[in-house]
This record gives sequence, C-alpha cells and structure tokens, in this order.
Amino acid sequence: MTKLLRTIFLVDLFQGLSVTFRTQHPKNIVTEQYPEHRPKIAERYRGAPRLNINPENGQTLCISCDLCAVACPENLIIVGWVRNPETKRKDLVTFTYDTSRCMFCGLCEDACPVDALELTQDFELASYSREGAIFDRQILEEGIKPTKYRF
Amino acid sequence: MAGTFLDSTELVLNMGPQHPSTHGVLRVIVKLDGERVNGTECVIGYLHRGVEKIGENRTYTMFAPYVDRMDYVAAISNGLGYCLAVEKLLNVEATPRAQAIRVVLTELNRIASHLLWLGTHALDIGAITPLFYCMREREYTLNIFEKYCGARLTTHAFRIGGLQYETYDGFEKEVEEFCDLFLPKVDEYEELLTGNRIWRERLIGVGILNEADCKAYGVTGPMLRAAGCAWDIRKALPYSGYEKYDFEVPIRQNGDTYDRYMVRMAEMRQSVRIIRQAVAAIPEGPIMAKVPKIIKPPVGEAYVSVEAPKGELGYYILSDGTTQPYRLRVRPPSFVNLQSLDKMAKGSLVADLVAIIGTIDIVLGEVDR
Repeated sequence: MTKLLRTIFLVDLFQGLSVTFRTQHPKNIVTEQYPEHRPKIAERYRGAPRLNINPENGQTLCISCDLCAVACPENLIIVGWVRNPETKRKDLVTFTYDTSRCMFCGLCEDACPVDALELTQDFELASYSREGAIFDRQILEEGIKPTKYRF
Repeated sequence: MAGTFLDSTELVLNMGPQHPSTHGVLRVIVKLDGERVNGTECVIGYLHRGVEKIGENRTYTMFAPYVDRMDYVAAISNGLGYCLAVEKLLNVEATPRAQAIRVVLTELNRIASHLLWLGTHALDIGAITPLFYCMREREYTLNIFEKYCGARLTTHAFRIGGLQYETYDGFEKEVEEFCDLFLPKVDEYEELLTGNRIWRERLIGVGILNEADCKAYGVTGPMLRAAGCAWDIRKALPYSGYEKYDFEVPIRQNGDTYDRYMVRMAEMRQSVRIIRQAVAAIPEGPIMAKVPKIIKPPVGEAYVSVEAPKGELGYYILSDGTTQPYRLRVRPPSFVNLQSLDKMAKGSLVADLVAIIGTIDIVLGEVDR
C-alpha cells in the first residue's frame, strides 16, 4: 500500500528534486569567473619553467651542470655553455626549454643543485605558433607574458 | 542472423570512436537485430602510445611520470603500483611516514575516480545533475593534490623509495575537513539516484555477469565484488600498510549494473574510513628510504599488484641489472574488464549497451596504453 502511494505521488522523483533545489541558493555557486577572477594557484604548482637570476647582481644562477638535461625524460632541455678561460668555470650561453613536449613532471627542478631551474605558478602557456612553445633563455629568465584582457 | 518472426537481416553498426558515452576513443562494432544486440566487438588502440616500450628506453626514475598517463583518472594508484614494483626489485621499503601519506593520497584518488565514474555513468543514462555535484566534490580532492605535489591530474606524487614532497601545512586538517564534508554528499547522490525509478529501471538486471564468468574473464575490482566475490588486493595481499587499517570489502550478490553502482558507492564510504584512520596516525620520520641516486636493481623480476579504483593493477618488471628495465609489462584493469563487454551486452537493448559500457568504468588511456 505504501509502495503504491509512493508510486502514485512520485515520492522518489520529488526526493531527488529536493536535492536539486537545495543547491540553488546563490551562496552555493562554485563556478570560478576566469579570467576576470584569477584562480588561486598552489605554491607548489608545476607550471611554466623559469631560470632564476641572482637579484643582487642580475646574473644567472645556472652553473651549466647539465643535470636537468640528463634528468629530463623527454630530453627537451638543451644547455649551451663555454668554458671561461679566466675563471675556469662554465658560462651559460643558451638555454632552450621545449614546453611543447614537456609533461611538467618536475624531475628537472628536483635535479637542479642550485635551484636555478624552477617550475612556477604561471599556467597560461598557449601561443599562436609551435615555435612560441620553445622557450629560449630570455623568456625563461623574464617569465612568460600572457595577453592581458580588459573587460 | 538471429531467428526473428520478421525476416530481418543483421545490422552492423559502429558505436564510437567519437560516441560520447564510450568515454574516450573506444569503437564498438555492434551487431543488431532491431533493437537487440546480438554481439559486440571492441576495436581499441586509438590512444596507443607504446608506454611499455617507452619504459624500456627510460631509466626507472624517468619512467615514473609516464605511468600517470595510463589511467589518468587514478594517476596516484598507478604511481603507487610502479613505485612498489621497483622497490620490490631494489628490496627496499618506504618509510612508515611515506606509507601512511601514500595511503591517504591513494584513497583520495580512489574517491576522485569513483566520483568521475558516477558522474559520467549517470550522464550516459540520462541523469545530468549528479555530474555537477560529483565534479564539485572531486575538486576538493584535486585541490589537495595540487597543494601537495603541484599537479592536479597527472600528479607524479610518489618517487621510488618514498615521497619527494613533505606534506604542506594544514594537510591533515584539510583532509579531515574533506572527509566530514564528503560523507553527507554521498548520501545526497544516493538520494538523487538510488531510489529513483528511472535509474532503477535502467540498471537492475542489466549487464549481468556472474562470479564464474568474472573469474573466467579475469575481471577484478568492483565488478567482481558486485558478483559476490570478496576479492580485494588491499585485504588479500596487503601492501603499503593496508593491513593496519580497519575497513570492509563491500560485496553484492546479483552482479548487475545496479549492484556495481551500489558497490562503488559503498567503496567511497570505506575509503573515507581508511583516510580517517590513516591521516590520524601519520607517524613522524623521514619520507624517503635509503635509495641510491642512480637506481640500478639487481638482475631479477618482480610483479606487484595493487587495488586500483578499477580493479587489479599489476606491474611486472624484468631487470637485467642496468638502469633501464629489460621488459616492463602492465596489467591494466580496464583492459581486462573490457573483455566482458560482449558477454554482458548479448541480448540486451542498444540503450542498455551505453549503461554497460559505463559500468565497466574504462579509461581508454589504460586500455590502449
């Protein structure tokens, strides 16, 4: 009898609908309004790579040890250096990082002994050409500059 | 050609690879007699990347991020299985602290995987609302992953021998908050679906696979447990300290789509139970065991299986003593479970086929590898 009444009055459907209407309140909205509101990115987020420079003298922290290039599973880091005859140290000339093949696993930043290479919180990596995904030393040091839109 | 009272011929149709309810790029060749399915044949391989071959050309450390990309919905379970297999080769064990954190993250990932399954499965059948709710709760787990290891989906959270990252400030509190928040939400999904007559009509008695068939096909995970066999690797062959935690293996008897739904819902509640116990007792200590910088396991072989959200996930590694595996074989649960599609779909309607594909919980990245 109860089962028949429940069937006639569609109790199961109204139970489900009550859940739907409970979440209609504006305070339950969880949608993010990107790009008007920037999302909060976690501190450890592995995004666009950056080659850190020493803030005191503006020189690169990279010691051209090639460990990141060895650690990379996709073999996408190329470090170019010359031996400085005076100091007998390696001087960094070029640094190429191909983000089109990168899977942001973070093995390169784990391998870096001087914290020069770092994956940052920047996540807007789109570009108009395939060449734009290949970061040279200048982009890596200055950081990517995504297009800013005004509303 | 099936015997029908009208003189009809068998119709062969392609379902997929672009069909939205095949959850990726699965192509099912369906033999139809009117609305009845006479047989199905799966064509897979659209997402084949040769992951096992890539494993032979990378060092053990380098290959770890690739395993995340097989079952990308449950990347952490994949990472755990791979790390345990290499650790078995090396004969090291992760520290107690690393093990506890691994359990917390793996169970959170199981919840995330089941939530995505529930949302898409309900969407296939016609209930759109649960998808939004499931995504909303899944976001909490993904945020925890993002804060912990810096990535949301393909996490690369574990390293061979332990963990790379220490937990962030407030990790335990956040996980416990999620547990408190999540249990009422599971009741909410059940309120929407379990009693709903359309849901019941579409699921009960559809795609029945009994225990003997499950074992014959090698089906594992929630599909096997819905058929009445309490086989769970976490209980049967405990790894990563699962024997310390008190939890039940939910089983059902009928082995139909509805029972598989009920088993997965119960599993989410059990996962919360495990997370609560694990997060309350994370021991202090180092997170990385003593592992050489260059991983060079001795000659030998190792097979380790873990209970992934979809079933038994196994890694078989054959080492020849160099820094790269000689052969690496993955036993993916989705691939094996997908074999049973033909058995389940025979004699059902086309509309039920969508429900049956959804209930297997396949991820095509893992099927094709």
